[in-house]
Amino acid sequence: MTPGAPVLVDLLLDPRSPTLRRTLDLVPTTPDDDSGTRRTDWPSVRLHVVSGKGGTGKTTVAAALALALATGGKKVLVVEVEARQGLAQIFDVPPLPYAERRVAVAPEGGEVFALAIDPEEALIEYLEMFYNLRRAGTALRKMGAIDFATTVAPGVRDVLLTGKAKEAVRRKVDGKNVYDAVVMDAPPTGRIARFLNVNTEVAGLARTGPIRSQADAVMEVIASRLTAVHLVTLLEEMPVQETSDGVRDLLAAGLPVGGVVVNQVRRPLLAPAAQAKALRGRLDLAAIERDLLSVGVITPSGALAGSHGMVLDTDVVAALAEEGAEHAERVALEQRERDNLQALERPTYEIPYLADGVDVGALYDIAEQLRSQGMA
Amino acid sequence: MSVHAEITPRSPHLDIDALLDDRLIKVIVCCGSGGVGKTTAAAALGLRAADRGRDVVVLTIDPARRLAQSLGLTELDNDPRPVAGVTGAGSLAAMMLDMKRTFDEFVESNADPERAATILANPFYLSLSSSFSGTQEYMAMEKLGQLRARAEAEQSWDLIIVDTPPSRSALDFLDAPRRLGSFLDGRFIRLLAAPAKAGGRAYLRVISAGFGMFTSVLSKVIGGQVLVDVQTFVASVDTLFGGFRQRADDTFAMLQAADTAFLVVAAPERDALREASYFVDRLEADSMPLAGLILNRVQATAIPDLDAGTAAAAAARLEQASGTAVTAALLRIHADRVAILDRQRRLAERFTAAHRSVKVSAVPAFAADVVDLDGLRQVGTAMADGH
Repeated sequence: MTPGAPVLVDLLLDPRSPTLRRTLDLVPTTPDDDSGTRRTDWPSVRLHVVSGKGGTGKTTVAAALALALATGGKKVLVVEVEARQGLAQIFDVPPLPYAERRVAVAPEGGEVFALAIDPEEALIEYLEMFYNLRRAGTALRKMGAIDFATTVAPGVRDVLLTGKAKEAVRRKVDGKNVYDAVVMDAPPTGRIARFLNVNTEVAGLARTGPIRSQADAVMEVIASRLTAVHLVTLLEEMPVQETSDGVRDLLAAGLPVGGVVVNQVRRPLLAPAAQAKALRGRLDLAAIERDLLSVGVITPSGALAGSHGMVLDTDVVAALAEEGAEHAERVALEQRERDNLQALERPTYEIPYLADGVDVGALYDIAEQLRSQGMA
Repeated sequence: MSVHAEITPRSPHLDIDALLDDRLIKVIVCCGSGGVGKTTAAAALGLRAADRGRDVVVLTIDPARRLAQSLGLTELDNDPRPVAGVTGAGSLAAMMLDMKRTFDEFVESNADPERAATILANPFYLSLSSSFSGTQEYMAMEKLGQLRARAEAEQSWDLIIVDTPPSRSALDFLDAPRRLGSFLDGRFIRLLAAPAKAGGRAYLRVISAGFGMFTSVLSKVIGGQVLVDVQTFVASVDTLFGGFRQRADDTFAMLQAADTAFLVVAAPERDALREASYFVDRLEADSMPLAGLILNRVQATAIPDLDAGTAAAAAARLEQASGTAVTAALLRIHADRVAILDRQRRLAERFTAAHRSVKVSAVPAFAADVVDLDGLRQVGTAMADGH
């Protein structure tokens, strides 16, 4: 934390923040217990589906969650289903093939593997498995029939994508799960319930055959306590609204709603009294000017120190006060949206805004934050 | 001091007012990846153009609830409604695309009632018109074509501003309609449709052992009924539409005309700028007229010369010297802002270095959501000042 960051203010302004809840012992922290296993909010879950409105950072959260789950010697697979190579970009590795590749090492000896699921490859894989039709599958693809099948019946594509994730969850070698957990970077919130609810999706399709049996097997995992669907949001109107809609859709479809991950949370920097004053434009400009002068930010003439009088037309005090007012307005807006999220009554995790953007290093920091808040 | 000078000092300026005042421009398309403020930008441009005297219709795709309310739009609208509150000689109408209804109306106006009823009840048509990837883009194009024809016939609007669907990739807007058109006009779907069209005789001519195997596998995968639905659908629409592909091509050609202008909207974030970059290259490759880039949500500051390090150090000194906590906090708020602006500038520079001739208008981030016409006006003013 930055020196002097007002931790207390943080807490006062945001009584529901996980930090506060944990500091005040309102929720259990997650220390190692005697058996050496940590308590998390999702002990039974092996398939973590991460959705969110576009632009909220769901790929980042999926990647960080995979790292968090892998921490301490676990093996985790993170899959993407939208053919956009977002995972390769975020882990800074070459584009992923339709094969599981190790993309990161987690703290304390864990491993994260990644897979970009391709519906065509998955369909050919199934045809081979059920009908011994690999060569025919290749011919079908040349003909455009695979594209056709997944296009006229979007449910087929979704079954193939979710089916592959389900297979990774169930895969065993010598009676042991190959992966401790699977994380899916899923389609956006607006489509998530439909995407996961494959049984309904294939209702109009073949009543027997590989797709139907696959759909049934997928639902056994996805509609069970093995799965949690987490929604990523920002503290802005549209993403929060979509999160509420998403929770409603998932519940209506009988799918297990997981936590809400609030991304890009900005620290409230003003103490409550100052926050209120800034909102009303009543900050004490004379006091600010005195302070700025005392630390040499401005000269007695009010100009920015070191600017050689070049920026005379800028009123530094007024500009700082204006930035403070905008910050206060933003904090107030975020608080309103936080209240809306609170009404959903889901476990909530917060990730701070990173001014420098997200690189691989930041991914490990986010993973640690998700762990410390009990998501993994 | 301008936002533009801070974030893209070397790019030429995009003069928004000159664009909006250009009576030769009839269509402005706002494109960009999702979550960059495209819809708000389209609405703000529409209001500003109307305030400046043009008769504008804005086609939005998926506006935020309160933005829609501020334009007087309800969810069920698929027709332009006048927006009250324009100051000046112009007028503003706005609508929200309902893709299923657009598709239904398209069928109803192109087929006799009996045939239209058959198509509208076809299960494959239902999934095609409501949940197909590419349908929203196709229907946005279709609606644009309709609005244009109506504007010319009624002399009602002289500027159409189009928001584009919130797809992951901005390129989808250009590609999806033709992809859908190609698919529906494609060889495979015609082979499947053959028996329904010609009572089986044409089918017998094209049938081969291989093709029989394909349909048999397909039946196993997607079910025989789906295939039958597709066949019926293709047979019933075949003669009506002059070909989906042809229609998509026509709209595509319209977008290449000189009276169309593309505005690429991006936030100064890595993914959004990468998409903007693809899109700019693509517009050039397809000879589509790019007006410029709207760089939205820039973290502006009135005192860029007070750098992050100096501000943070001064804040630390004040905190130690028990100065006013408020001043220290204000300096930290400023330091955060400048740090964000620095990062945004580095990201924007990658774009501008690769696209030196692209004109840019930089728009500062607003503290609150835009929920009314005054807010839209502020965004419009910022766009026009953004150089």
